[in-house]
Amino acid sequence: MPGGLTLNHFLVLSLIVFALGLFCVMSRRNAIGILMGVELILNSANINYLAFALFGGGRYDGQVFSLFVIMLAAAEAVVGLAIVLAIYQDLRTIDVDATETLNG
Amino acid sequence: MIAQAIFYVLAVLTVGSSAIVAFSRNIVRSTFALLGAFMGVVGIYVLLAADFVAMIQLLVYVGGILVLTLFAVMLTQGIADVTISNRAVGRLPALIISAVAAGIMIFAVFRTPWRQSARIIVAPTTYGIGNAFLGPYALPFELASIVLLAALIGAVVISRPLDRGVSNRLSNEE
Repeated sequence: MPGGLTLNHFLVLSLIVFALGLFCVMSRRNAIGILMGVELILNSANINYLAFALFGGGRYDGQVFSLFVIMLAAAEAVVGLAIVLAIYQDLRTIDVDATETLNG
Repeated sequence: MIAQAIFYVLAVLTVGSSAIVAFSRNIVRSTFALLGAFMGVVGIYVLLAADFVAMIQLLVYVGGILVLTLFAVMLTQGIADVTISNRAVGRLPALIISAVAAGIMIFAVFRTPWRQSARIIVAPTTYGIGNAFLGPYALPFELASIVLLAALIGAVVISRPLDRGVSNRLSNEE
C-alpha cells in the first residue's frame, strides 16, 4: 500500500465502528435505532472484507463477499422496516420492550 | 503521506458520525449522522482499491437504505420527541461491554501476525468482479436474486394494512 498504511489501520477503524454499532444495538429501545446499529456493524464487517482482499493479494473473493453483504443488508433493512411499520400500525409504538404480545 | 492524511480524515468522519449515531438521543439526528458514516465508509472503500464496491455502497446504502430509514423515522415518530431515559440494557453497561469487546479485539489484531501478500495490486476491479459473479459465484448470485424477490414480496405482505374482514373474523373466534 503506498503511503505507509497498513492492514492494522483498517482493522482498528472497522473495530471502532463495530463497537459503536454494538453499543447502538444494545442501548436503544427504538427499533429503527437498533436497525441503524446493525447497519453500522455490517459496514464494519465490509471494511474488514475489503482490507483483507487488498492486503491478501488482490483476489476478488473478498469484494464479491462484501457485495453479498450489501445485498443482504438491503433485504434486511427492507423487511425490518416493514415489520417496524406494521408493529407501529398495530400498537402505535416501536419501543421493543412494549411489543410483547407475541409472548406465549 | 497523502494517503495517510486522507485515511485519517475519512476515519474521523466515519468514527465521528458513527458516534453520533450511537450516542445521540434524537433519532432524526442519528439518521442524518448515518449519512456521514456511510460516506466515510465509501471513501475508505475507495482507499482500499474497491471502486465498484464503493459505488454500490453509495447507491444501495445512501440512495436506498438511508432514505428508507429516514422515511420510517418520519412515519413512526413525532419528529423530535425521543428522550427516553430508561433503556434496554442501560447506557453504562452497554458502553462497558462494547468498550471491553473492542479492547479485546484490537489487542488481538495487534498480536496476530496476519499473513499478507508481498505484492499489493491496486487496479480497477469491475472486470474481475463481473467474471467472478458469472463464473465461480454464479449459483450464490442467482440465490441472491431469489432472496431479494422473497424480501420484496415479504415486505409488501407485511406492511400492507390488515384486512378488516380477516381481523374481525379473528377477533370473533377468540
